[in-house]
Amino acid sequence: MTTAGNDTAGPMTLADMALGRTALVQKLASDDTQFRQRLQSMGVVKGATVVVDHTAPLGDPRVYTLKGYRLTLRNAEARHILVTPQ
Amino acid sequence: MNQSAKTVTVALVGNPNSGKTTLFNRLTGANAPVGNYPRVTLTPHRREISHRGWTLAVVDLPGIYSLTSQTPEERAARDFIHLDTPDIVLNVLDSGNLDRSLFLTSQLIEMGRPRVHALNMIDEARRKGVTLDTAAMAAMLGGAVVETVALSGDGFETLLDAIVAAAEAAHEPAAAGKITYDSHLEQTIARVSGVIDEIHSGGLDQAQCHWLSIKLLEGDDEVLTREGEHTQLIEQIRRERTELARNHGEEVDTMIADARYGFIHGLLEETRVTAAAAGGDFTQRLDRILLNRFLGLPLFLASLWVMFEATFSLGQYPTNWIDSGVKAIGAFLNPLLPPGMLHDVVIDGVIAGIGGTLVFLPNIVILFFFLALFSETGYLARTAFLVDRLMHPFGLHGKAFIPLVMGFDCNVPAIMAARTIESSRSRLIAILVTPFMACSARLPVFILFAGAFFAEWAGTVVFAMYVVSIFAAMTAAVMIGRCMKGAGETAFAMELPPYRLPTLRAIWFHMWERAQSFLQKVGGVILVGSVVIWFLQAFPNHTDRTAEFDADITAAQARDESPERAELLAHLELQKNQDRLIHSYLGRASQAVTPIFSPLGFDWRDTTAILTGFVAKEVVVASYAVLYSQSEEGEKDGLKAALAGAMPPLRALAFMVFILLYSPCLSTIAVIWREAGSWRWPALSVVFSFGFAWVLAWLVLVVGGLFT
Repeated sequence: MTTAGNDTAGPMTLADMALGRTALVQKLASDDTQFRQRLQSMGVVKGATVVVDHTAPLGDPRVYTLKGYRLTLRNAEARHILVTPQ
Repeated sequence: MNQSAKTVTVALVGNPNSGKTTLFNRLTGANAPVGNYPRVTLTPHRREISHRGWTLAVVDLPGIYSLTSQTPEERAARDFIHLDTPDIVLNVLDSGNLDRSLFLTSQLIEMGRPRVHALNMIDEARRKGVTLDTAAMAAMLGGAVVETVALSGDGFETLLDAIVAAAEAAHEPAAAGKITYDSHLEQTIARVSGVIDEIHSGGLDQAQCHWLSIKLLEGDDEVLTREGEHTQLIEQIRRERTELARNHGEEVDTMIADARYGFIHGLLEETRVTAAAAGGDFTQRLDRILLNRFLGLPLFLASLWVMFEATFSLGQYPTNWIDSGVKAIGAFLNPLLPPGMLHDVVIDGVIAGIGGTLVFLPNIVILFFFLALFSETGYLARTAFLVDRLMHPFGLHGKAFIPLVMGFDCNVPAIMAARTIESSRSRLIAILVTPFMACSARLPVFILFAGAFFAEWAGTVVFAMYVVSIFAAMTAAVMIGRCMKGAGETAFAMELPPYRLPTLRAIWFHMWERAQSFLQKVGGVILVGSVVIWFLQAFPNHTDRTAEFDADITAAQARDESPERAELLAHLELQKNQDRLIHSYLGRASQAVTPIFSPLGFDWRDTTAILTGFVAKEVVVASYAVLYSQSEEGEKDGLKAALAGAMPPLRALAFMVFILLYSPCLSTIAVIWREAGSWRWPALSVVFSFGFAWVLAWLVLVVGGLFT
């Protein structure tokens, strides 16, 4: 897995991406089938482009744009989404 | 399907916020509630319409993202498609959101029922520069594709024609749009499908076996349970899934999801053209302010304050008109009715009670207007986002915020809205906490008392009541949460719909509906309540001392005319009346209960109002109106003046806090019972909120006492 222009090695999660950054989804790392199915039905799949749009007052949850719409996710959820920065 | 009677069921299936319910309302002339936040529709609505000789039974289902059972509404929608087998599935899609919306469509294709697709909100998509080739889409999806704008009804003729065409073709096998999976997966699906076919020994056709096979491999809970008895099948599924996961380094459901999105991508590549987007869209720009990390919450609080201030101040003008109107009617009827019981019941019971409540119609409608504005524009959905993190320490889910805010209008639909919360523990907490949200029935009490005791600060005092309400709800959530053990959270993942400007017509219509339901309540419960209260306070109509008073009055009347005589007479009449009141049935009942409230300083009239408020919170005001219509002040300067003279402001504040919190009304108790499943929960709700209200009111007195 190559990381374009990024010095940190290893998988990054969506929760690690800063505001305004764009990321490419690689994998939904979770053993919870229901959780996976839910996020998948909302567009979180390998190859999807995600932009970090907004943060709530306390830093959690955050608003992301993907597949042409806005999705809010808690950081605990975003931590299961492995991405590569764009 | 009943071919000879030419009737078909048409199920509306689609993502939340795709405009299904708006389409349903427009198509069938119904008035199902809509709102621009996730999951407004909770129960299926059903209406019949006719088109070209066909009767279409249209059913509006709750929005779902996937046919895999998760939330109760997803299950309800799914079960309907499965078990009630509608003849035609009308898939409503948000045209601006196809990349995600077609995921559900891909599952519908595999279900094999005849489909018609509505590309709804096509006007918004066009504005973004999107053009869609509906013919090509129809070919690839295996069902007609029609562009619609549900709000205006554009495209409805074509849509209805397409539905009828599908109905007429229904005896032919449904065109199979097919999603191609990885070859390995395809083989597995075919293998499992064969096993299913064997097990069900020809009871299911090939398409159904195929679909069942995919669902089982996807790990769909519900299907797994239903096929649970076929242990051999379940065992095989488990083996296949583990094997596939091992070989591909990915879970099977992920593989299937990837394939679906691949299909969607391919389809959109061929059928969609997007012109260069005009400068950043409106939602983006507005969100930069409203969802700003630092401005977000303060702006939200400010908008709440504006809502309450406007409710109070703007409401005053129409309130005064209604008040004058009621007085005029009273003045008109007064001489017409011969003195006696009928006269008193009508003037002091009905008109006082109803008139006293009716004046608050403008306030309620204005409050509702703001709430409708919040929900229809899409702002309400964003508030759940803003407060989610803040609600955690209280054991509340961000999604619980929407039912809570709805509780500001009426607790009954708000509690039902808690169905959108997936985890049953979170849902129960939300149900028990919602009654603390100050419903619009309590608003008349606040306005009456705030207006009587706090003059220019009235609007702010009303706002303060709502703040106390929220604080109480949060505290209750913590307390209840501590006592309840149970499973933790489910995903928050929530869609934020784009901002939409609601049509004035729609909002006006909903305000009118709200006004109507209030008027119905006035004509029903409150009318009956006022009459009953009047009777209870009118009888018995003499006490041991009445004869004594009468004697004194006669003696006074014998004196010469003078201002002192007039004053003495008035004074005696008042005392006689008061004595009678206190000894009436109502007076005696209240007096029996009043000791509970003596540390709070409430007298028997306040207790009466509290007792009657169980029926419906608006009756609190009606009670006062009936009780005080007897008194001299009540007749002269109205209820406000009567109240102002009856107690010190601090006690008024304590009373307001008590009324705010003390117990859900009967309708709310009923709905808690129904939604939570057992009588224990409403019982707990009543006892707990009563105690909570008492303690808080007492605190107000104690703390307030330090400042006065």
